[in-house]
Amino acid sequence: MSSESDVSRPVAVLVPRLVEVRQNVLKHNDVVARALRERFRQGGVFVVSLVSSPGSGKTTLLEKTLILLRPRYRVAALVGDLATENDALRLARSQAPVKQITTGTLCHLEAAMIENAIQGWDVGPLDFLFIENVGNLVCPSSYDLGENLRLVLISVTEGEDKPLKYPTIFNSADVAVITKMDLATAAEFDSTAADRNIQAVRPGMRILRVSAKTNEGMSEWLQFLASLRDSPQARPGGSGGPPREADS
Amino acid sequence: MHELSIALSIVELAQEEAERRGGVRVDAVHLRLGPLAGVVKEALLGSYEMASAGTTMAGSRLIIEDVPIVVYCPQCQAQRLLSSVQRFCCPECDTPTGEVVHGKELEVFALEIEE
Repeated sequence: MSSESDVSRPVAVLVPRLVEVRQNVLKHNDVVARALRERFRQGGVFVVSLVSSPGSGKTTLLEKTLILLRPRYRVAALVGDLATENDALRLARSQAPVKQITTGTLCHLEAAMIENAIQGWDVGPLDFLFIENVGNLVCPSSYDLGENLRLVLISVTEGEDKPLKYPTIFNSADVAVITKMDLATAAEFDSTAADRNIQAVRPGMRILRVSAKTNEGMSEWLQFLASLRDSPQARPGGSGGPPREADS
Repeated sequence: MHELSIALSIVELAQEEAERRGGVRVDAVHLRLGPLAGVVKEALLGSYEMASAGTTMAGSRLIIEDVPIVVYCPQCQAQRLLSSVQRFCCPECDTPTGEVVHGKELEVFALEIEE
């Protein structure tokens, strides 16, 4: 008599169900980075970030770049470091506004840290903002910081196979800069092999060679920066007159 | 080593989704991970247990699906599976290509829930 209702009664067992979500794990970072990029675009500031392993010469290249750009452009820098403020002090010698982001034990910068660091800043008057990431060739690759251009640096003393060992960071970067070129001969640096390895993991990647010590390649590097900043693609909503010719 | 902060983001994301569905219990999180995401699978699995401990996600599993690198070859005008992360060339015609179609994924694509 009651058999019918027994059969139709739902079975009281919990059955796991697969539901589709499709969410980017770093969506929060990406949202902040997008907002930053828009803010930089509106302010007409060109943002360059630098990544490399510790000791590749990010701070030295940046210090020299700030000094050489300062007569012609309004420049500022943010510098990420685990513990010390030494890099910010070094960069401050260039007389450009510099702010340290101390990450504690965090091995990379995230978009929210950039947002915090520039809180209250009017980025509008700036032409260039440089962001020096924590020395690390692994973790920074995952985080968009809202920059227009990401540089990956390798120094001639590090070995030509760095790109093959860290393909992900090279893949996330736009331009490779080979630093400490003044030591190339002493370090028996094989330029052809380095180029080949960079092109293997990032075909078509632009490679610049510099020595911040002897100024080798610095002129080309500065002209490259200036051309990017002034190109319509880099600054879709760019305003302000063209800068004076870079000649250093 | 940023896998712990990635794991915390995964736990947070799954918790939000579970909450949105009326506070359902999550048995497992399915993640798609590409070699170009910059995340080490083993380290992430280890971190997940730590990140979920003491939360509503405690005891849930993280199931990682590896996504291969797929590039677009301009010569063949086709998508090709890359065999090595150290060589961005078409496996068929050897044309260098940096056009990555897949391989950067770091995405929660499904949850196993109890209702």
